[in-house]
Amino acid sequence: MNKLRIIKDRATGAIMATITIVALLLVIVMGIGLYLKSAPILAEHSLWDLLTASSWRPFKNEFGFLPFFMGTIWVTLIAITIALPLSLLTAIYLTEYAHRIVKRFVFPALDILASLPSVIYGVWGTLIIVPWISDTLAPHFVDFSAGYTTLAAGIVLSIMVLPLLVSLFVELFSSVSDELRAASYSLGSTRWQTAISVVTKKSLPGIFAAVVLAISRALGETIAVLMVCGNLPQIPHSLFDACYPLPALIANNYGEMLSLPLYEAALMFAALILFFVVLLFNVTSRVILYRIEKQQ
Amino acid sequence: MRNPFLRWFIPADTNEPFVPNAKFQHPAVAPEITVDHFNLSIDGAQILKDVCVKLPANKITCIIGPSGCGKSTLLKSLNRLSDSIEGVKTSGDIRLGDQSIVNCSESDLVELRRRIGLVPQRPTPLPMSIFGNIAYGCKIHGLKGRRQLKKIVHHYLKVVGLWDEVKDRLGNPATRLSIGQQQRLCLARSLAVEPEFILADEATSALDPVSSKTIEDLFVKLKKQYSIIMVTHTLRQALRIADYVVFIYMGEVIEVGDAKQVFENPQHELTKKYLSGAIS
Repeated sequence: MNKLRIIKDRATGAIMATITIVALLLVIVMGIGLYLKSAPILAEHSLWDLLTASSWRPFKNEFGFLPFFMGTIWVTLIAITIALPLSLLTAIYLTEYAHRIVKRFVFPALDILASLPSVIYGVWGTLIIVPWISDTLAPHFVDFSAGYTTLAAGIVLSIMVLPLLVSLFVELFSSVSDELRAASYSLGSTRWQTAISVVTKKSLPGIFAAVVLAISRALGETIAVLMVCGNLPQIPHSLFDACYPLPALIANNYGEMLSLPLYEAALMFAALILFFVVLLFNVTSRVILYRIEKQQ
Repeated sequence: MRNPFLRWFIPADTNEPFVPNAKFQHPAVAPEITVDHFNLSIDGAQILKDVCVKLPANKITCIIGPSGCGKSTLLKSLNRLSDSIEGVKTSGDIRLGDQSIVNCSESDLVELRRRIGLVPQRPTPLPMSIFGNIAYGCKIHGLKGRRQLKKIVHHYLKVVGLWDEVKDRLGNPATRLSIGQQQRLCLARSLAVEPEFILADEATSALDPVSSKTIEDLFVKLKKQYSIIMVTHTLRQALRIADYVVFIYMGEVIEVGDAKQVFENPQHELTKKYLSGAIS
C-alpha cells in the first residue's frame, strides 16, 4: 500500500518535470525552426545587409529590414514614454490617496480595459486617434498627415499597456509595509513625499520588472498597431510619419505573394528578429533586475 | 585605506557644538499632551472609551495594560496615524499644548507629526542609506545644504551611540545594520527633526536583551530634552524606567499617576490584579 503512493509521487514528479522542460525546449525549438525557415534569405544576403539596408522591394530581390526594426522600436518607445508616468501616477493615487470606495470602482474598470481584445483598441484608434492627429494635432507641426502615423500607433499601444502597468504597480505599492509609511508620516512627511521617497523607492526593482513586461507586450502587439500605423516600409523620421513594425509586416503579408522567391524566408527572418529582440531584452533585464535586487 | 568618498558624509569639523536648525526650535516651556474625553471606534466597535488623561512633559510615561486593551491605538491617535485605519471614527479631543491634534488642518498635521516622533515596534529603516535615513526628516521639512545635513547626521548618530559603529559606511543601505542598530537608527531619525514628544510602541520587544537595555538607557538619558511615551508589555520594563504610568483596561483608563504610587500603592482593584499577574 505504502509503496503505491510513493510510486505515484515519483511518477507525478517525473511527469511534471517533463512538461516543464518541454515548455522550455519549445522556446529553443521555435528559435531553431525560425532560423531554418529563414536560411534561404540568409544564404543569399549577408546578415549585416539585411539588418542595415532600408529599401524593401521584394520584387527586385531587395530585402532591407531596418525600417521595420526602427518602426518597432519607435512605436514601443512612444508607448512606454506615455504609459509609464501616467500609470505611476494612477497607481500612486489609488494606493496612497484614494478612498476605498474609489478603488472599488476603478479596479474592475482597469480589469475590463486590460481584457478588451486588441482589435477593439485598433478600431478605437482608427476612429478617434487617427482623425484627431490628422485634423487637430498634425497641422500644428507638419503640412499634411493622414493620421496613420507612428504617433497614433504609440498612443494606442500606450493605452493598451496602461492597465497592465497600473495593476502591477498597485500590487507592488500595496505590498510595501504600512509600518514603513508610518515611519515616514511620523516624521511629518506629506503623502506625496512618502509616495515618492519611500513607496516607489522601495518598489524600484518591481517597477523595473513591470516595465520590462509592458515593453515585451508592446513589442509583440500586432493587430491594433497594424490598424493605425500606416504600414509604409520607411524609417520614421518624425512622429507624423507612417511606420511599419515587424509584427505588422508578418501579419499583413504572410499567406500572400508567397510565390515570390525568398519572400517566405524574408517574413520568417522578420519573425526571427522579433524573437531575438524580445529574448535579448528579457535576458538583459533579468540580469539588471538581479543586480538591483542584490544592491537593495 | 580611508575611503575618499567619506568626505561626502562626514562633516569637516566634528568637534563644533551642534545647534538644531531654527525651524526645529522647541518652545520655551515644554508642552503636555492632553487627551480630553477621547473616543475611538473601528467599524462600530468601540476601542477607546472616554479617555481623559494628561501626559506630562520631560518624563517617561508608560502606558500599560493587557494586550488588546487599546494602548497601541491610543498611541497612534496621538499623532493621528490612526487615520489610516479603515473605518475609524473618533470624538473628543487630543491637544499638544493648546494645539488640537484631532481637529487640525492637513498642513498643521504635518508640523504636529514632526513635533511628535515615533519609534516603531519593529525597526523600519527607510529604503535608503544610513545617512539618507537620518537626513530624510530634515529634507522633507525643506532643510538643504550638504554641510548642514552632514552635521545633523553626525550629531544624532552620536546621540544614539551609533556614530563610531557606522561612520565608515554611512552610504550603505540601512537594512544591512543589525536589528538593534536599526532601532537606534530609527530613534536617531526621529530625533533629527527635534520632536517634543517621542512615542515608542513596544520599541524594545523585537530586540535582544542587550539592545533593549541600550534603548532603555537612551530613553532615560533623553527625557531631559524630550517627553517620552512608551507602550509596553513588560511590567518589569515599566518598573525600571517609568516616571508616570497610565493603566488601560478594555479601552478605558483605569488608573493614572506617578510610577511609584501606581506600582507600590495602586488605588484600583483592577490595577492590583494586573500588577499581581491575575489578568494579562
